[in-house]
Amino acid sequence: MIESVDLNTIDWSRAQFALTAIYHWLFVPLTLGLSFLVAIMESIYVKTGNPEWKRITKFWMTLFGINFAIGIATGIILEFQFGTNWSNYSWFVGDIFGAPLAIEGIMAFFMESTFIAVMFFGWDKVSKGFHLTSSWLTAIGASLSALWILVANAWMQFPAGMSFNPDTVRNEMVSFWDVLLSPVAVNKFLHTVSSGYVTGSVFVVGISAWFLLKRRNIQMAKRSILIASIFGLIASVFLALSGDGSAYQVSQKQPMKLAAMEGLYQGKKGAGLVTVGVPTPGKKAGDGKEEFLVKIEIPKLLSFMGYRNPEAFVPGVEDLISGGFKPEFDHINPLEKSRALSVEEKISRGKIAVSALGLYKEAKSANDTAGIKSSLQVLHENFPYFGYAYLNSPNSVIPNVPLTFYSFRIMVILGFYFIVLFILVLYLLNKNKLEKKRWLLWLSLWTIPLVYFASQAGWVVAEVGRQPWVIQDLMPTMAAVSKIDASSVIITFWLFAAVFTTLLIAEVMIMKRQIKIGPNDGGQDNV
Amino acid sequence: MMEGKIMFENMSFETLQSYWWIIISLLGSILVFLMFVQGGQTLIYAIGKNEEERKMLINSLGRKWEFTFTTLVTFGGAFFASFPLFYSTSFGGAYWVWMAILFPFIIQAVSYEFRSKPNNFLGHKTYEWFLIINGLLGTILIGVAVSTFFTGSEFSVSKVSLTHLNDPAISRWEGPAHGLEAILNWRNVALGLAVFFLARVLGSLYFMNTIADETIIDRSKKQLLINAVPFLLFFLSYIVALMLYPGFALDPDTGTISMKPYKYFYNLIQMPVVLAMFLAGVVTVLLGIAISLFAGVKNAPKGIWLTGPGTILTVLSLFLLAGFNNTSYYPSTYNLQSSLTIHNSSSSYYTLTVMSYVSLLVPFVIAYIWYAWKSINNKKIDASEMQTEEHTY
Ligand code: HDD
Ligand code: HEM
Ligand code: HEM
Repeated sequence: MIESVDLNTIDWSRAQFALTAIYHWLFVPLTLGLSFLVAIMESIYVKTGNPEWKRITKFWMTLFGINFAIGIATGIILEFQFGTNWSNYSWFVGDIFGAPLAIEGIMAFFMESTFIAVMFFGWDKVSKGFHLTSSWLTAIGASLSALWILVANAWMQFPAGMSFNPDTVRNEMVSFWDVLLSPVAVNKFLHTVSSGYVTGSVFVVGISAWFLLKRRNIQMAKRSILIASIFGLIASVFLALSGDGSAYQVSQKQPMKLAAMEGLYQGKKGAGLVTVGVPTPGKKAGDGKEEFLVKIEIPKLLSFMGYRNPEAFVPGVEDLISGGFKPEFDHINPLEKSRALSVEEKISRGKIAVSALGLYKEAKSANDTAGIKSSLQVLHENFPYFGYAYLNSPNSVIPNVPLTFYSFRIMVILGFYFIVLFILVLYLLNKNKLEKKRWLLWLSLWTIPLVYFASQAGWVVAEVGRQPWVIQDLMPTMAAVSKIDASSVIITFWLFAAVFTTLLIAEVMIMKRQIKIGPNDGGQDNV
Repeated sequence: MMEGKIMFENMSFETLQSYWWIIISLLGSILVFLMFVQGGQTLIYAIGKNEEERKMLINSLGRKWEFTFTTLVTFGGAFFASFPLFYSTSFGGAYWVWMAILFPFIIQAVSYEFRSKPNNFLGHKTYEWFLIINGLLGTILIGVAVSTFFTGSEFSVSKVSLTHLNDPAISRWEGPAHGLEAILNWRNVALGLAVFFLARVLGSLYFMNTIADETIIDRSKKQLLINAVPFLLFFLSYIVALMLYPGFALDPDTGTISMKPYKYFYNLIQMPVVLAMFLAGVVTVLLGIAISLFAGVKNAPKGIWLTGPGTILTVLSLFLLAGFNNTSYYPSTYNLQSSLTIHNSSSSYYTLTVMSYVSLLVPFVIAYIWYAWKSINNKKIDASEMQTEEHTY
């Protein structure tokens, strides 16, 4: 009797990864955005020599420092978790995946931590120019950290620039540039960093609105709002564009994720985009129920967004399971050019690939050249479906559809809402009427939690939508997990939950107090 | 990478593997040196008897902790990129040891920034205890983990497992304690304690170097002596045992691993450069301690400039001892043939080449760190700065 993978270990490992990643992502976007805003504000200070701008810069810098510390605390665990919890994965793709993590450390983390020290301790010790340069380098360093980890994540969604080596039983990198410049990586990077810039901007606008509501630090608040809403508006527009780019990549490379994002079970030509809708609860693939209880749809938009062609056929969950349609993806295995395979066929091809790998190993140790050659050929032909071998049933390739659907809607709707908000705030500020619109100030303040919501929702789309794959088509979660007992992971899960929650509470309390203290009413960083 | 056809592409796979082992060793040894931060953290109550003194101590450490931390992170990332089989086998297997190392680093990372901020939820004492826990567990457990490079662990590696659809794990830990069993081996504990006391030695030397305060310097000197003695005891007994115990030898022709008596002693003799490095390292460490203890007030702050580099040399030579000269650097006591060597656990030729280009950035990184620190560190920390400096911990 073969021991089998403990399902609990998989689920708890996923839960732990999700928990720690979600916590990390609570702090990282603000770091990304606020670092740029601080650098911009300081540039104005250096240019004008006006001490008021220095005070403004320092105030936001204090908040940046508090947030930065906890971002680091939550980051270290993610880095090591690939090894601790996804050890099989770490071998199977470590040859490709390890490199960005290492480059991130060498290139980005040191840059951030060095120049952040100059930012905080260098005010009267280095020249203004050097200090300003350091602030910019900190901001650039933060975005560079994002670059490398996102390249790694993008590669998991769309493995590029590699080939499988049966001798070492792993995927090996054959082109660094294909990994770095894959269209998925480019879009992911642009979209994710701009989401950080939007987060920073919403934060600054919201906190400043609070000052206006309290009728305190009026000048600082208005100046901060001006900078943040311009920066935020530009970033938001860019965010929407790169989001569209991401959605295009998803439809081309991860059609099942797209189907889940759209709650689309039965594919159609000229598919419309559901702007708001309620997917039928409990709907299963093939049960013949209606897809939606209610929906409002823009005709043909989904086909256009996903394929840049309003008449294109968008496959739904059921089409992807049963195959047979003619795919129009830009990236497709030659085998499927004219007819998509069903998941069942993919599973059997996956099993053929895996057993060919076993045969290859046997032939190799028996020095059987004919056997080596034939097994290699079979392996090579079927390798694109390697990961399917581990699946138990065709339906296990379906991610959580409602969760993906709603998360996607939340993100996109909020994305457009932020654009409107920034425009409105800018307009009223320009007309000098902002202080009188108290409802808008309150709204700005309460938008802060929303931006976090949008951002987390984005990751849920990306990560839940790609289940069960850790590496698209090549490795499902169950083949990736470490050989440890569930009880160990359960204990560490709760430890992380307790520690991170405690630290989060501390962070929010400190942050609130520093905001109340404000820039020039005492407290730490007053001038 | 075009212009580079001249460099790393001409190296053999073996040379690249050795090159990367040297880089990992260098990062590891710099990390041990930088753990003066952790050592210093365990001394804040021993040396700082009142709030103001503790504030100076914590602020002097607070300007350096991120380097230690980032070096640890980069060490992990670089190990993953260059020797992924180690990363997956050790982290996934010795789960509990690594978790026990990581937790203290999580709580350390917020402690400096949060400690003195108003309304910080846990109170400043708690954050100070976080620092102490980090100093204690971080040093000892990292020492224990590194020691298993010489003493071995109970794991097995079988890549064919991936074809077992119901149970595809490649690396398995064959003991129930998932790494914690390492602390039952006195040799591992000895190295752990040696690292702990060394970190405290380095921490005392660092305080003497950066803080201009009579009392603190005096107390640091006392701590230096108190910690140097157990450090030497544990370190020397570890080294003697290392020389006497059998080691894990690789037969380069067949790739098999076997136990060889006095393996690490032979490694030292057969690699004279490493031997020289080791001896020079140990002597420099001792010299630095001696200078700070006995060479008068004027020279006391200089000790760290000897003990620090000496630490790097010593640890570097230990790492090279573990990985070079046909030795398994991560041996399996469960199944000798599962042991990891720099040859059977590395990344592919292509990846090592790419990463080697990235490694060319390292001198540049060190240069800007040096420059940035020089420009803000021209003055020592003293009590008056704690009042005037705007950003204090
Ligand atoms: C403030 C946050 C925020 C906002 C307002 C938006 N996004 Fe977003 N989105 C993210 C924050 C984010 C993110 C957190 O950065 C994600 C998660 C993973 C990723 O690559 O970026 C993401 C992922 C993500 C994905 C999944 C990519 C994948 O699976 O690889 C798509 C298709 C979009 N976004 C599309 C959009 C569109 C069309 C938006 C319209 C305005 C939009 N997003 C606004
Ligand atoms: C699972 C994936 C991730 C891992 C392994 C990871 C790892 C880390 C680590 C180890 C740190 C601490 C660095 C230090 O020592 O200074 C860190 C911080 C940081 N990470 Fe992540 N990270 C991940 C996801 C992300 C993502 C998705 C982004 C951005 C898009 C990001 C951006 C940052 C930034 C900007 C910092 C700087 C400090 C801060 O967070 O405030 N990380 N990360
Ligand atoms: C920082 C923001 C991130 C968030 C909020 C996030 C969220 C999640 C969630 C919710 C899951 C669980 C999915 C499920 O169980 O259905 C997950 C899994 C996972 N994510 Fe992410 N993720 C983030 C970043 C990353 C990055 C940057 C990487 C890789 C570099 C990554 C790699 C993984 C892996 C390996 C898993 C476990 C395997 C799996 O369940 O797919 N994640 N993540």
